Amino acid sequence: MAFGEDALDWGPAFDEDASARRPYLELAIGYRLLAIFPAVRRILQPILAVAAGLGLGLAATAIAGENPWHVLVILARGAFGSGYGLGMTLFYSTPLIFTGLSVAVAFQAGLFNIGAEGQLTLGALAAAAVGAVWPGLPWPLAPVLAGVAALAAGMLWGAIPGWLRARRGSHEVINTIMLNFIAAGLASYVALYVLSNPDSQNPETRPIGAGYCISQYAVFGGAPVSAALPLALLAAVAVWLLMSRTVLGFEMRAVGQSEAAARAAGIDPGRIQILALALAGGLAGLVGVGEVLGNAQKFKVGFSPEYGFMGIAVALLGRNQPAGVVAAAMLFGALHKGAADLDMETEHLTREVSMIFQALIILSVSAEGVWNWMSARRRAVKGVKPVGAPLEPGVAS
Amino acid sequence: MTPGVAPAVELRELSKRFGEVAANAGVNLRVRAGTIHGVIGENGAGKSTAMKLLYGMLRPDSGEILVEGIPCVWSSPAEAIARGIGMVHQHFMLAGPYTALDNILLGAEPVRRGMVDRRAARLKLDALARQYGLPVDWDRPIEELPVGVQQRVEILKLLYRDARILILDEPTAVLTPQETNGLFENLKKLRGEGKTVLLVTHKLRDVMAFTDHVTVFRAGRVAGDMPTSQTNPQELANLMVGRKVILNIQVPPAQPRPESALEISGLTLAGAAGSRHRLAGISLRVKRGEIVGIAGVEGNGQSELVQAILHPRDPRCRTSGAVNVLGREVSGWAAARIRALGVAVIPEDRLHEGLLPERPVRENFLLGLQRTAEFSRAGVLNSRRLADAATAAVSEYDVRPPDVDLCAGHLSGGNQQKLIVAREFHRRPSLLIAAQPTRGVDVGAIEFIHQRIVRARDEGAGVLLVSSELDEVLALSDRIMVMYEGRITAEFARGAASEQELGLRMGGA
Repeated sequence: MAFGEDALDWGPAFDEDASARRPYLELAIGYRLLAIFPAVRRILQPILAVAAGLGLGLAATAIAGENPWHVLVILARGAFGSGYGLGMTLFYSTPLIFTGLSVAVAFQAGLFNIGAEGQLTLGALAAAAVGAVWPGLPWPLAPVLAGVAALAAGMLWGAIPGWLRARRGSHEVINTIMLNFIAAGLASYVALYVLSNPDSQNPETRPIGAGYCISQYAVFGGAPVSAALPLALLAAVAVWLLMSRTVLGFEMRAVGQSEAAARAAGIDPGRIQILALALAGGLAGLVGVGEVLGNAQKFKVGFSPEYGFMGIAVALLGRNQPAGVVAAAMLFGALHKGAADLDMETEHLTREVSMIFQALIILSVSAEGVWNWMSARRRAVKGVKPVGAPLEPGVAS
Repeated sequence: MTPGVAPAVELRELSKRFGEVAANAGVNLRVRAGTIHGVIGENGAGKSTAMKLLYGMLRPDSGEILVEGIPCVWSSPAEAIARGIGMVHQHFMLAGPYTALDNILLGAEPVRRGMVDRRAARLKLDALARQYGLPVDWDRPIEELPVGVQQRVEILKLLYRDARILILDEPTAVLTPQETNGLFENLKKLRGEGKTVLLVTHKLRDVMAFTDHVTVFRAGRVAGDMPTSQTNPQELANLMVGRKVILNIQVPPAQPRPESALEISGLTLAGAAGSRHRLAGISLRVKRGEIVGIAGVEGNGQSELVQAILHPRDPRCRTSGAVNVLGREVSGWAAARIRALGVAVIPEDRLHEGLLPERPVRENFLLGLQRTAEFSRAGVLNSRRLADAATAAVSEYDVRPPDVDLCAGHLSGGNQQKLIVAREFHRRPSLLIAAQPTRGVDVGAIEFIHQRIVRARDEGAGVLLVSSELDEVLALSDRIMVMYEGRITAEFARGAASEQELGLRMGGA
């Protein structure tokens, strides 16, 4: 592969994270000198990986018989070329910020939240239910109440696997996945039998009252960009503050790093795990604000194109850091929107091509081992460095 | 050295750099065939790097490696193994659920008609085990075998691959005194059969008792090289550290205060039937201003005792009996509440329980102190004050390198331990529970940590010292209690017990 080899050769290929796991303490001082480089590398490596993934994706479109340059132009124009295009990009990005943060927060506490899909389903359902049951509530009480309902429903759906993990020892991966199915079933039941919309053939709830609707921004040419976007950015800032500035954030990271060390320091790891998954669920639940109050005005079964699972990819690409999550969510939102245009404007490509791009980006981000291997091989080819004059010889017998 | 006979191993001007740091800077080392050769040095002195170069895990930047007189350039350990070199790592490379036999065969399976020929392997291994006195139950899964036997499996793995030169990296770190003696009997037998043993360690006692020749590493170079019979522990310690070291600190007599720091009565922990992991009616009292040492071979309930004191809520530590910490009955208390009384803990497993290895020193200093008024208010951390306190502590406790942004996992074992001591003493404890406080720590740091523990005592803390190092218990404790199979079986005042007597009591006599 031709990209960025030079940029990678900053020094010995020590994987900063893996090194801590190995007892190569002799190298302690050597690592310290490398410490400045990983900072650069942490930022540059995902960017290069994204470029590589996009490049591979474009190459794949060539196999499908399209001109890659042409494809890139359509992608970029679709995602950013007009107020409406940019608006749709932001509309898709907003839920991804929430779900990406959700996965990232849980991950920082050492938990894998695969349940964002179920949490956001219940969050949206709760917001829609509040709006359908009390349609007469006035603005601004109505959207705040619906938002709190979305948050609370998501938190509940996160706290359940958190409690099961902390107090019963059952793994959160299994439980969050299973709760996704329960959430989907519950939401369908409510939409079909409890709050069903009498004016529609579709499985959806009754519309919410007018007082619930949050404003859409006119500059985006009708794209449903609502106050949910600033809310998502605010959530990212809040998560950043929580994780880096508060006692609770510190304790969450401590548990994520080492449950045993946290316990020995007097932290109750179980309590932290429940809180972390509840918080993760709440963040995912807030997806409901943009979808129900800012877009559909109701809960539609199957509204999410798997935002919850895309959140895992977003968190991975964003390295579980709030700023990274926002950037990754924007990228995936743009791909999602751009790929919709490819569907219309090219002969051989459908919108699913966005999944291929996402997959290739994730693969190249994950291929850290390949990068390290390449830089190690490069050094081997260059040969050993001279050490300078031999130092004082040891005392031989 | 006998002229004409090539040394088993010779390193000439071997150098290896990591970035700007010379881990080895012109190392010269000759190991005579058929000897046990000690390689000692503090953590970070370059002894492990030299062994990794010899074993092919690393490539030298310059210099030569000669094995039995033949210059060798390895590109992988496989080539070193093929030339008769084997290494037992400090952390064993064994697959837990596999049987001892399969662990030995793994990677070198004898194949007959496309099947693993376990019968032939077993015959060869039985012969080896008999020849070297290394009996192993071949069919038991590794994880069910005691650590000493696991080490035997590692050694047999090398012998099965026809190793003539055996490198053992810190082999006694995980062994009880009895197992240590067993290991060295085995090594002597190996030497008798013409094998060469390279013993990498930082324990002076092991080197003095069991090696023929010793090489001292310091700061990437060889600082001394002599027959073991012509040196003594003090000289070796001075060479390792580069200055005069006090091996056994002189502890002035205690001035205990009347009030208790810790009072335990009838503490009992029911374990699975037949397991040693339980406590049977433990009663003891630690006054403020005294050090009470718990001596015992590891696994006789010491860890359970510490856990039962600190985590009364944990169902695994649930006990009957009363624990009174600094005048408060703590049954049912949360761990954090007990610690907040002024209890400092040096946990026995430093990397697992004491530190967040992938987080910077600064955050490790905060661990457990995050809710104190000094470092947070209304749930918000005071980063500036933390940075100042961590920087001050790192310099006061001589944690090297003095960089609070470095990951704790990148510090050497001794410096990690000093960091933990710095953090725990920042509480100004009234009760200190120190479990194996100097395990795997180099000589200079041991001296330092011992002095700090004594100082804490003199400032009025009660100290419960749990250690399997006899020297440590004898040097520090004002009273010594011996634990055997979950009971306190003997108690001695300072100076009342000899090493032999204590050793016998630890063995259950």
